[in-house]
Amino acid sequence: MINIFKSFSTWIIIAIIAAALPMLFDSSFALTLLCKMGVLIIFTVAYNMLLGQGGMLSFGHAIYFGLAGYASIHILNGIGEETLPYFPTVLFPLIGAIVGLFFGSIIGYISTRRAGTAFAMISLGFCEMVTAMTLIFVIFFNGEDGIQTDRMVGPEPFGITFGPQIEVYYLILFWCIVTVALMYIITKTPFGKMSNAVRDNPERAAFIGYSVRRIRWQAFALSSMFAGAAGSLHALNYEQIGFEAVGVAQSGAVLFMAFIGGAGHFLGPVIGAIGLTYLDSTLADMTEAWLLYLGLTFSGIVMFAPGGLAGLIVMHGPIARTDNKLLIGLIKPYSLAIGSILLGLIGLIGIIEMLYFRSLISKGEGELIIFWTQFNANGILSWLLFLVLILIGIKSSKKTFAMAKESWDHAISVVKTEVSK
Amino acid sequence: MDVILFTVFNGLLYGMLLFLLSSGLTLIFGMMGVLNFAHASFFMLGAYFAYQISKYIGFIPALFIAPLIIAFCGAMVEKYALRRVHKFGHVAELLFTFGLFYIIEEIVQMIWGKVPVAYHVPEFLDFTLFSMSGMGYQAYAIFALLVSIAIFVALFSVLTKTRVGLIIQAALTHPEIVSSLGHNVPRVFMLVFGLGCALAGLAGVLAGNTLGTEPSMALSLGPIVFVVIVVGGLGSLKGALVASILIGILQTTAISLDVSINSFIETIGFTVNIESLWHIFIDLTLSQVAPILPYLLLVIMLILRPRGLFGNRDV
Repeated sequence: MINIFKSFSTWIIIAIIAAALPMLFDSSFALTLLCKMGVLIIFTVAYNMLLGQGGMLSFGHAIYFGLAGYASIHILNGIGEETLPYFPTVLFPLIGAIVGLFFGSIIGYISTRRAGTAFAMISLGFCEMVTAMTLIFVIFFNGEDGIQTDRMVGPEPFGITFGPQIEVYYLILFWCIVTVALMYIITKTPFGKMSNAVRDNPERAAFIGYSVRRIRWQAFALSSMFAGAAGSLHALNYEQIGFEAVGVAQSGAVLFMAFIGGAGHFLGPVIGAIGLTYLDSTLADMTEAWLLYLGLTFSGIVMFAPGGLAGLIVMHGPIARTDNKLLIGLIKPYSLAIGSILLGLIGLIGIIEMLYFRSLISKGEGELIIFWTQFNANGILSWLLFLVLILIGIKSSKKTFAMAKESWDHAISVVKTEVSK
Repeated sequence: MDVILFTVFNGLLYGMLLFLLSSGLTLIFGMMGVLNFAHASFFMLGAYFAYQISKYIGFIPALFIAPLIIAFCGAMVEKYALRRVHKFGHVAELLFTFGLFYIIEEIVQMIWGKVPVAYHVPEFLDFTLFSMSGMGYQAYAIFALLVSIAIFVALFSVLTKTRVGLIIQAALTHPEIVSSLGHNVPRVFMLVFGLGCALAGLAGVLAGNTLGTEPSMALSLGPIVFVVIVVGGLGSLKGALVASILIGILQTTAISLDVSINSFIETIGFTVNIESLWHIFIDLTLSQVAPILPYLLLVIMLILRPRGLFGNRDV
């Protein structure tokens, strides 16, 4: 009972903090960013019902997100032109959820026979099919231009028109908390546990009498439903939607967020969605090579930390619970390791930026600014500097990472002896 | 009759290109279980390398050098990255290659820019070889077709007739036994991965100048290749060949046919007057829906025969 109350109060605290955020950051840039984060948190957590909880890697989850968005915009337009009866704007994510559930049930039924790589391939095929359809059925999707709407339709209960962005933010926040809480509850139900079982060992799950395919299908449909709710909010937020919202790029973006954040943990995708959305909005203006960094980060995480950021944090849970002193002891080796990898990264970033600068921007002569310092992209000195940085970084990383790992191993072994006592 | 011959021939040209691309992927997937998302990226790299090499020393050297470089790149990717990821399972390998796909696309943009590069058909092959029903055929297209067929024959005979092929095929099904017989299975895997990438690179060399060499070419062909290997049957080279040609002919036929359901109804003597939304469906011509046909084939295949044409296990 206390546990339920404890987790409930955490949710309330998070909700209050999130509700206060627009007062702390009141620029319109911050508000747009917060809205985008809210939508993508729903989408990413929904996606992780498949990837993390169900063990299904999908390259086409934007289908349900995007189609729900298209449907919402058409219905909004219908209400605006009074060809459709009024439907409260607050409840629009329900429409999106129904659309997502509908398409998710159909496509899920066909594609969930197997998980793993075959499933991933098929999901990509469906994604391409829907993307191609947006360009064919012009009357519904309006091709590459996409469709627009005006979210201010119908009566205005309590004077809420959803004209100002701040009202949309609170709408998104409300639905974000509701859907994420619902998805959290689902992970605790027998169905959620079975979904995990099917992910970890389908043969055994089948052996104790469950239909593996049926559970995958249900997980797929539920995940699509929540993705649909997110798509509906996306449409309300931007008042327009285009073919890119159903495409591979959007599906890839949600995969990046879920995996970098950490697919194995429920809150990992939330971290990923917040972090990557923030970086996407700020770094994309600063550097041409943003997608390259994203790809490198992703591949690096796959290779060295498959649990994602959340996995790295959770690794230290038992240590923190046993003795805080152990955790403090880790700070020194960790900061050494982080410092040496940063050195290498600075070098790598410098080289990449100069390459980009030479091939895309200047085509020859020029000075460019990296890390608030001016460098000559043609001077041998700046290339040498960055190359040396990379070499030092690699060399010292090898040593410091081994040290960091050793101290973690040591801390964990202490924890183990504590526990066995 | 001429029309049929014409479309079949064009379909064959496109289909053999698809086969060159997908044979490498099927080989890698069948042997190692690695689904290489970046396979089409190696195709793109092949085109760019060929462009760069043919600029300096000509097309024929590029035809040999570019795939070799790609094979080396692929082998290095396998050795230093995929092998490390292998212990996390096949999905992790797929995820890694998905990241690699982004990295290669960005690096290509970084080096060659975002606009297409001028990779042209070599001059000595840029003439009309023969004409058929008023349509001229470029010698280069025939050359590309012949190379693809030669590769197919070579690949098939190596895999089925030689000792190396025997080891590869055995490692496909029984890696432990092959390794206990003294073969270095990781090295075999590395070589196969390199070979698969080289095939993709060769396809890039041959197709880059007719399809256009640009950073988006990987994304536009990648998904079709996946369709080919699912429809053909996972891991089946024969299936990949049949599916490639099937999809090639399907697409070229669809593009050249300007018929819709509505026109069909009219030719058998009826007229439909529907003032509803359904009109957009029956008015769609086959050439308009051509882009979705491969994916439609995929869906139908999954429902009717999940193991693909020649596969021996369900998808």
